[in-house]
Amino acid sequence: MTNGEKNRLKDKAFQVFGVFCTFIGLVVLAIFLIDIIMEGASRIDWDFLTSLPSRRASRAGIYTAWVGTLWILILTSVIAFPLGIAAGVYLEEYSKRTKMANFLEINIANLAGVPSIIYGLLGMEMFGRVMGLGGSLLAGALTLSLLILPIIIVTTREAIKAVPRSIRDASYALGASKWQTTWNQVLPASFGGIMTGIILSLSRAVGEAAPLIVIGALAYVPFVPTSPTDEFTVLPIQIFNWTSRPQADFLVNAAAAIIILLLITFILNGIAVYLRNKWQKRVKW
Amino acid sequence: MLNAVPSGNRIWCVKIFPLRIQERIIEGLLWLSAVITILITAAIIWVLLSESVRFFSEVSIVDFLTDDEWTPLFAEKHFGIMPLVAGTLLTTAIAIAVALPIGLTIAIYLNEYAPARFKQTVKPLLEILATIPTVVYGFFALTVVTPFLQGIIPTLAGFNALSAGIVMGIMIIPMISSLSEDAISAVPRSLREAAYGMGSTRLQTAFGVMVPAASSGIVVSVILAISRAVGETMLVAIAAGQQPRLTANPLVPIETITTYIVQVSLGDVPHGSLEYRTIFAAGITLFIFTFALNNLSFWIKKKYQEKYD
Repeated sequence: MTNGEKNRLKDKAFQVFGVFCTFIGLVVLAIFLIDIIMEGASRIDWDFLTSLPSRRASRAGIYTAWVGTLWILILTSVIAFPLGIAAGVYLEEYSKRTKMANFLEINIANLAGVPSIIYGLLGMEMFGRVMGLGGSLLAGALTLSLLILPIIIVTTREAIKAVPRSIRDASYALGASKWQTTWNQVLPASFGGIMTGIILSLSRAVGEAAPLIVIGALAYVPFVPTSPTDEFTVLPIQIFNWTSRPQADFLVNAAAAIIILLLITFILNGIAVYLRNKWQKRVKW
Repeated sequence: MLNAVPSGNRIWCVKIFPLRIQERIIEGLLWLSAVITILITAAIIWVLLSESVRFFSEVSIVDFLTDDEWTPLFAEKHFGIMPLVAGTLLTTAIAIAVALPIGLTIAIYLNEYAPARFKQTVKPLLEILATIPTVVYGFFALTVVTPFLQGIIPTLAGFNALSAGIVMGIMIIPMISSLSEDAISAVPRSLREAAYGMGSTRLQTAFGVMVPAASSGIVVSVILAISRAVGETMLVAIAAGQQPRLTANPLVPIETITTYIVQVSLGDVPHGSLEYRTIFAAGITLFIFTFALNNLSFWIKKKYQEKYD
């Protein structure tokens, strides 16, 4: 065999290996989803969605967990979105290229890399103890807001960056002020991108368990939270709790709850992808 | 002074203050939102430091770093962080050993071999792996991967670093493949074409030209993946066990730094006690690791980024 033939053979071999590697992740994903559905799908019924937790696996439901998750999503949105978008707008539209701006940028990149459980420690001390919120929904939402803030800021900046200079110039030429330009031109034009980032950040928040466990969210909550100061549990914590029990029946419950959690995650991501494609197609500068 | 500026048939802008002052107020509020991010960092460091300082006034830092046992919740207390660090590094090493070869091969394959359409379909599918909540991966590791591996390795314990590490590796594949792929596709076409012009095969072009040219981006992707693996919590809390153990054996239960924090949080440890402070000492250790890794990645990105025109 000549050198050239050998090299071509190696080339082919790597191609096969490449296909193999690309599919191994997808195959594992498929096995996993099928396994979860086989195990949990039959457990999902109306009672499962509307029952309180119970010591008996067959009677336990996820009512408190999904209501808690919904509360957390809404509160986190209300806190994190205005803050994150405002910070993104400031960094992209207002701030000058100073040392301070540079520092802010590095700092935000750093925050994005801080493990979620560290945010839990921060939330427990700051919101739980110093502000006296304990293990309440509000403390949890504040903690998760800090966690997703860097994602919102970064995606807001990217969306705003994509708006061409000429739009701003045209607005200024008509006599609009900086804020008028930002509010009436730049933000509407970057709306799609900002929404995409926001929904992705929510899908991140919905799956988080670690920081909420640290601030003291409970594994067993026998009531549905009705105000932001109530104690709560969320779906991922409920899943964790059921997974760590020895009885097999609880694993079935966990699988069923996972199906619900994955549905929420996939729907959120689906909306984000849809928005991204829609805006990419519609807006042609 | 309240006046409305009509524009067409709608109220365009209500002015409570003169425009100039209104603009300043808004800019101030926006600035404040941005500066809050610095306060968050400061608060994280303050919280971790203040509780850790109290911890280290009771436990010597030498013991903390050299003692080979971590038993703060037992009667006979030892405060050596090394077993937790070892557990963290073990799961991380296994995860990277899985994710790096697969992720990098995917990046090269998608860039150098795969048709554009294939790449467009596969990339978002792989990204799904990154969106799945980590408790779900924990369930997968515990109920599917561990029993499967026990069929091959009968001595494998029910909780172990091996299956947690492998599943974590699968989880971070898209991180390495996406970031590496971006780095490789940023290498200009002309380099690839020059290699083809010299008679190179696609494989030779990939490993002789493209990967070296994109090496800083690939290294950054690996560092960020390590940082992610070190901070991963729920997966290891579910599947790797809760037994701090200074070992490199992936078949037995271990405990990571993150799992320890969860374990204490779930228990009934009174606030202000030494046991309570251990989670901050563990937390600051974790924070130092990830902070160093993240900054290393920024530094490499800045320093070694190849500039092509």
